[in-house]
Amino acid sequence: MINSSEKIIEVKNLVKKFGSFVANDHLTFDVFKGEIFGFLGANGAGKTTAMKILCGLSKPTSGDVKVAGFDVYKQTEEIKKNIGYMSQRFSLYEDLTTVENIRFYAGIYGLTNKEIKERSEMLINKLGLDNVKNTLLKSLPLGWKQKLAFSVALIHNPKIIFLDEPTSGVDPITRRQFWEMIYEAANSGVTVFITTHYMDEAEYCNRVSIMVDGRIEALDKPGLLKKQFEAETMNEVFLKLARNIQEV
Amino acid sequence: MQAVVVNNIDKTYGKVKALTDISFAVEKGELFGIIGPDGAGKTSLFRILTTLLLPSKGSAIVEGFDVVKDYKQIRKIVGYMPGRFSLYQDLSVEENLEFFATIFGTTIEENYELVKDIYTQIEPFKTRPAGKLSGGMKQKLALCCAMIHKPVILFLDEPTTGVDAVSRKEFWEMLIRLKKSGITILVSTPYMDEASLCDRVALIQNGKMLAIDKPDNIAKTFDKKLFAVKSGNNYTLLNLLKDFAKTDSVYPFGEYLHFSPSGNDFQRTELLEFLSSKGCEDVEINTQEPTIEDCFMNLMNNNS
Repeated sequence: MINSSEKIIEVKNLVKKFGSFVANDHLTFDVFKGEIFGFLGANGAGKTTAMKILCGLSKPTSGDVKVAGFDVYKQTEEIKKNIGYMSQRFSLYEDLTTVENIRFYAGIYGLTNKEIKERSEMLINKLGLDNVKNTLLKSLPLGWKQKLAFSVALIHNPKIIFLDEPTSGVDPITRRQFWEMIYEAANSGVTVFITTHYMDEAEYCNRVSIMVDGRIEALDKPGLLKKQFEAETMNEVFLKLARNIQEV
Repeated sequence: MQAVVVNNIDKTYGKVKALTDISFAVEKGELFGIIGPDGAGKTSLFRILTTLLLPSKGSAIVEGFDVVKDYKQIRKIVGYMPGRFSLYQDLSVEENLEFFATIFGTTIEENYELVKDIYTQIEPFKTRPAGKLSGGMKQKLALCCAMIHKPVILFLDEPTTGVDAVSRKEFWEMLIRLKKSGITILVSTPYMDEASLCDRVALIQNGKMLAIDKPDNIAKTFDKKLFAVKSGNNYTLLNLLKDFAKTDSVYPFGEYLHFSPSGNDFQRTELLEFLSSKGCEDVEINTQEPTIEDCFMNLMNNNS
């Protein structure tokens, strides 16, 4: 459920430079508690750079950025405790079993042994993984791994979860089941910050921002963006915005 | 003669069965799509057809050559773009192209006309190391390198995975132009919306073919009614539709949910009444033409 009076991410004039290259050029936006916020942009538009800053992994060149109430310059450890992160490329350890992966992440986030035991059991039950709880992760289908990775990223009850192309390559049914998990998390008050190349998924977000060449060129509800750009789908909106930009 | 003929191919890795009884044929000059998610077996199939992997069972012919016996001939006439970016990151754009031309015993000049259309787009960056290119440009360079020896058939393994919507569109525009030169193209993708751009497609899941046909004909195999439904809160609507007694399937599709009722006697009014009784009033229901993705999910359900 969105609580639009409570800002969970506040970004003002965020600039990030690498030498003379401006990767993020005065980004300004807020994300509300419980919101599903789609962070879109072409390859190389600067999404990953901004995500790293929001996750406390990189510092801005200038600008004010607060995540879950903490400052990205000074309070990165507090930020890390309050966020979850999942990407398609790196999520879980292939050579650990299902249950070992859960225990490993829960341990890293400092859960007590009792909590670890309880949440492992709860997760295994909820995801229907009882038969494969002692199976090495590498032999599970991609869709199962992605669902497990999502749940593990939520194991320490973070306020915000960052999802970096979480559904790339998964089958269409699993992709939709994954989105149901996202909806469920958002309904329980978790803020979801997500990137994707599937433009139909942009429609599932409460609000969407579109980055072009380091700047946010559009930010609104999908319905309003479609009106603004006189487009039938988010795909058209995206193409209209990013199409004429020359790749450098 | 057909460009590719595949007969009853199996591929197993230890206990894992990657491909089961795959058979299909591709006509010369066809743009043939292999559509399926990660782990469906697309890469195994491409590696067998490009002679990089032996099938466990069955046989395949590419341009009249057997993929096991005649692998040397096949390697001279196919262009292969693997799924993972496999050019030399430390060589420049130009050096990569020259390298691939040289190992096939030709020169860039000799076949420049073939790649000109695509190469001119990346030529301004020809001195840049390939590792420093953006995603879309890497794909263009990889395609040039796969074509510089003038292959008669191209195998493109997920050329658009992880590439943004703009670069995806441009890449397909390039393929459609290429096809006009008469070259046979086999392309794999996890994006269902790319199916409609192919002459014919094979839908593949868990190593098995679900369907092989023209995109329009595949859409006709959808054997149920289909509606696009939406309300102010689609998540609530989705959960309500799952509880509705006559729901066969319901999936989010962009701003709508695609809903299929079970049985032939479904009336919209009964759905509206049900939703209204649950406090859901602002509902829009439209009939919906099935997309390839609808068909794929339907076939997945029928096969599980």
